[in-house]
Amino acid sequence: MSFEQILFYIFATVAVVGALRMITTPNPVHAALYLVLTFFNVALVWILLEAEFLGLLLILVYVGAVMILFLFVVMMLDINTAPMREGFVRNLPVGLFVALLMIVEIALVVGPRFFGLEVVSSPAPRPEGYSNTGAIGEVLYTEYVYAFEIAAVILLAAIVAAIGLTLRRRKGVKYQDIGRQLDVRREDRVRMVRMDAEKQQD
Amino acid sequence: MIALSDYLILGAVLFGISLAGIFLNRKNILILLMCIELMLLAVNINFVAFSRFMDDIGGQVFVFFILTVAAAEAAIGLALLVVLFRNKGSINVADLNEMKG
Repeated sequence: MSFEQILFYIFATVAVVGALRMITTPNPVHAALYLVLTFFNVALVWILLEAEFLGLLLILVYVGAVMILFLFVVMMLDINTAPMREGFVRNLPVGLFVALLMIVEIALVVGPRFFGLEVVSSPAPRPEGYSNTGAIGEVLYTEYVYAFEIAAVILLAAIVAAIGLTLRRRKGVKYQDIGRQLDVRREDRVRMVRMDAEKQQD
Repeated sequence: MIALSDYLILGAVLFGISLAGIFLNRKNILILLMCIELMLLAVNINFVAFSRFMDDIGGQVFVFFILTVAAAEAAIGLALLVVLFRNKGSINVADLNEMKG
């Protein structure tokens, strides 16, 4: 067994164990942390596949941003998890059955019989000086530039949607309306009053 | 050497686990969102593996776009969750019965 294979099996085992713990732990904070573990190990598997750019992207974007967002939300909401656990045992048999059935079925299709080393030979290692990031960039900004810009628009839409959904304007808070402030004329505010001088009291 | 089928089966196992997680944690929207993220990740493993073994960089570009869409989806999902919690004081799926669907 080569060193690469040992690494692959270690990463795969940790990823699967992390995923299993994620779906069984009662605490959402622990679930998020186990998901981080799974993401990290899958990123390492991708680096084994010589997809270094995506592996690092997964760690930076997912572990660094999305999962932190999850943790923020989990810790901000005061959730009582006890009522949500009901039905866990009741759903356990059917969940396990469907999941196992699906895994076995997929494994029959993608197993070693059709995608083993005898059928799909292992690719040659990349030559020295090969840049995975450069290769992705070359097609990303030429062949896929249209999709790339659509992705940018999707991200913009997500920003607008997320802010628009969570924005809340409180009632009874005093705030300045700049437009109305600028709109004011002298005649609206200042009134000249002509009146007689008052008599001095003594 | 590691065969292509090993990567594909790892993806299948992670996909199955996240499917089981959706069955088990039906009441908790947070865990449901995490399971969906895990499903997308499992599919991405297949993309990266095929991209390497077929020597086609297009698969990795596809993963890039899936990651983009998944991040957007997670952000909007969590925003919805925060609004839901603010309005109902709970994120239990069983409490979401206003539309009588």
